[in-house]
Amino acid sequence: MLAKACSRNGYGVIASNEYPSLIRGGHNFVSLHISTNEIFAPKSSIDILIALNKETVDVRKKQLAPNALILYDPKDYEWKKEEFGSDITLIPVSFSGAAMKNTIALGATMVFFGKEISVLTDVIKDIFAKKGEKVINENIKIATEGYNYAKSKFASITSHTLASGEIKDAKLMMNVSEAVGLGAIAGGMKFAAIYPMTPINALIPFFTDNATKLNIVYKQPEDEIAGINMAIGASLAGARSMVATSGGGFALMVEALSMTGIMEVPLVVDLGMRPGPATGMPTWTEQGELHMAIHAGHGEFPRIVLAPGDVEEGYGLTKKAFDLADEFQIPVIVLTDKYLNETQWQLSESVVNHMNQSVSNTTIGNIKDTPPFKRYDVDTQTGVSMRSLPGMKYGEYIANSYEHEEDGYTTENAQVRISQVNKRLKKAQAILKKALQPVIFGNTDADVTFISFGSLKGVIREAVATLIKKGKKVKHMHVAWVYPIPESFGEMLSREKRLICVEQNATGQLASVIKEATGITIKEKWLKYDGRQWTVEEIIEKYGR
Amino acid sequence: MTVGNGLSKKLLKNMEDKFITSTKPTWCPGCGNFGIWLALKNALTKLAIPRENIVIVYGVGCHGNMRDWMHVYGVQGLHGRAIPVAQGMKLANSNLHVIVVSGDGDCLGEGGNHFIHAAKRNPDITVLVHNNEVYGLTAGQASPTAQIGFLTKSTPSGVVDPPFNPSTLSILSGGTFAARGFAGDIVGLTELIEKAISHKGFSVVDVLQPCVTFDKVHTYEWYRKRIQKVNINEEKLRDRLAAIEVARQWGDKIPIGVFFETAMQTSEEREMNSEVGPLYLSPIPIAEVQKIIGQFQ
Repeated sequence: MLAKACSRNGYGVIASNEYPSLIRGGHNFVSLHISTNEIFAPKSSIDILIALNKETVDVRKKQLAPNALILYDPKDYEWKKEEFGSDITLIPVSFSGAAMKNTIALGATMVFFGKEISVLTDVIKDIFAKKGEKVINENIKIATEGYNYAKSKFASITSHTLASGEIKDAKLMMNVSEAVGLGAIAGGMKFAAIYPMTPINALIPFFTDNATKLNIVYKQPEDEIAGINMAIGASLAGARSMVATSGGGFALMVEALSMTGIMEVPLVVDLGMRPGPATGMPTWTEQGELHMAIHAGHGEFPRIVLAPGDVEEGYGLTKKAFDLADEFQIPVIVLTDKYLNETQWQLSESVVNHMNQSVSNTTIGNIKDTPPFKRYDVDTQTGVSMRSLPGMKYGEYIANSYEHEEDGYTTENAQVRISQVNKRLKKAQAILKKALQPVIFGNTDADVTFISFGSLKGVIREAVATLIKKGKKVKHMHVAWVYPIPESFGEMLSREKRLICVEQNATGQLASVIKEATGITIKEKWLKYDGRQWTVEEIIEKYGR
Repeated sequence: MTVGNGLSKKLLKNMEDKFITSTKPTWCPGCGNFGIWLALKNALTKLAIPRENIVIVYGVGCHGNMRDWMHVYGVQGLHGRAIPVAQGMKLANSNLHVIVVSGDGDCLGEGGNHFIHAAKRNPDITVLVHNNEVYGLTAGQASPTAQIGFLTKSTPSGVVDPPFNPSTLSILSGGTFAARGFAGDIVGLTELIEKAISHKGFSVVDVLQPCVTFDKVHTYEWYRKRIQKVNINEEKLRDRLAAIEVARQWGDKIPIGVFFETAMQTSEEREMNSEVGPLYLSPIPIAEVQKIIGQFQ
């Protein structure tokens, strides 16, 4: 609510959350980073703490910034000023009904921001539009109560008044799951089979709320194995298809992923990483599945792995994933994680305003009326042969998980085997030509170059910006196209003075992928694997040491 | 071998085999799969479905080898996973006639979860369960339909766990058409497959199929002595409990025929925006997308 209110008023906003794997209870925490300009990562220090229970203050006390405000309910606990530094201001607010606590506090917060209550109530009207007048009015009433209360008692506190927001272009607020969903729609996706699993669950309501309007089908399968096999079936019949899951579900899909390799079926997989092995820490974050994404599946077959670093890439790379999957008839894996999927980010509306009504399927058709149709024609430049769809006359073939002849019929012939393997692997060369360059931010002539993939993009970007302000010569390379990595990337890295690979895992998987592709050993690896995302402050502090 | 006994020359005489490929069947001589294959081709010919609109999704097992001597759009998937692939295809293009050729191991062992969930959803697809109580392709282990006491390579002292019954399982799980046929009765089986394909909804034909190599007990003769055709009237056909009563019978008398048939909304009917035609051809509705984008402001 507050995030949207700020976003609409020209502020940069990021809302991230932390919660245990419990449905009720435990310490649930949402943090909002608000700035007058664009921002790329959350902040760990707290300026205003809204504590809906005593535990919140206990857990978050250490993070309080100088002059912080604490909004709390004296009925939970009578906090004494002596328990905090002298600069901290305690704001007792009597939260009435449990469900409305945060609305009261947000109303009060508008006073400390120096804003009118309408900034908040305009958003309330939109958010609860579906729930009707009664709910809207109730929420507005409570927010206004909070606002009036703070205005009458604490109007003198002006330490947290916000200067005007300076962002001019219209922003949307969404998490990366939703951006992936929007990218999928823009990429012409028609069928999604998703078995629920943290952290990709937000994708499900995005599809289900709008399925009929969007001309798509979302199916909740009995398990991930059924899900990927349904998606493969839909793709064979001509519908662009996807699955989304986390590591455990992806493990179940691996046999079918291998089948997409030999059948040459386009498929997009959204793999949302979280700490493993096995069930691990389901509601926390990690980047531990890069190796798995690259190597999953028995046998040898080409694929692409993309790792978006923010909502814009979540949208853009997912859209692109569908085109690439179709162009090369391969699986494309979009690697996201809990941090990206469950954090609310801003996305410029202009990014999503260029959608076409249809997508071009460049590798379907070209069927002659003289059967057999050579679905797996080996005589191609790129290894990609034209495919037919059921219903097309003279296009009959077998989509075969066994090794096959050019028309799809089963074979164990040695020469045919070699020619089909070569056909499939030939795609790798054409794929490499499409590889995206790393996104570079910072000093051209840097003393230190940070390398990362996926969700560390924003964190390191913010850290690099701060270090540059402090006079350091640093830069950041964000690798979004993580597989296959072209050799030219090695030449780029070899020009850098000092490389540091920053990752959210324990073994430095990106560094190892880079070494395999380029031969370059990145000796310095900054690794974090406690389930909590690297913070900007941690990067700056580690750099300083 | 006695496979010829059930093959109706009359039925095939005036029909051209449109489904022939350059590959000759590799099944053992006398295998029950021949009868099922012929009955399927007969049924498809009688129904006059254009060849390009037929998709057969094969499981892995002896039955699945049919793909190489069947000229239609075919999908040879993974062991146990034919049914989800078939559902995906039907959802993507509801104009297709999607048939699953599966086995007792493929469908009720590795793929048991998919079988019951498909029955629950009622997609408009047909599943043929080639049921011979053994895993032929891996040389003769017991399948989930093997009767107690049956001697196989994996059960040298006889099967100890009770079997699944594909017909009762599909009826109980929500399927809307259940029939049992016999691979040695091609005329009768043709009729059952024809009805199954014509039925709108999840149709299962459990086909009793002798395995001439790994099963010396359940021979053509063994089945012929026991099978009895049932003719259930239309009203009774809609009675799920009565259907289970008939389908569960096994022993000296084994009923064959249609046990259950009822009309219910299909999975595709529930999911699709019928106004826009087949899913795979539907456009991206830009105006709707813009409205959804607006909600994120």
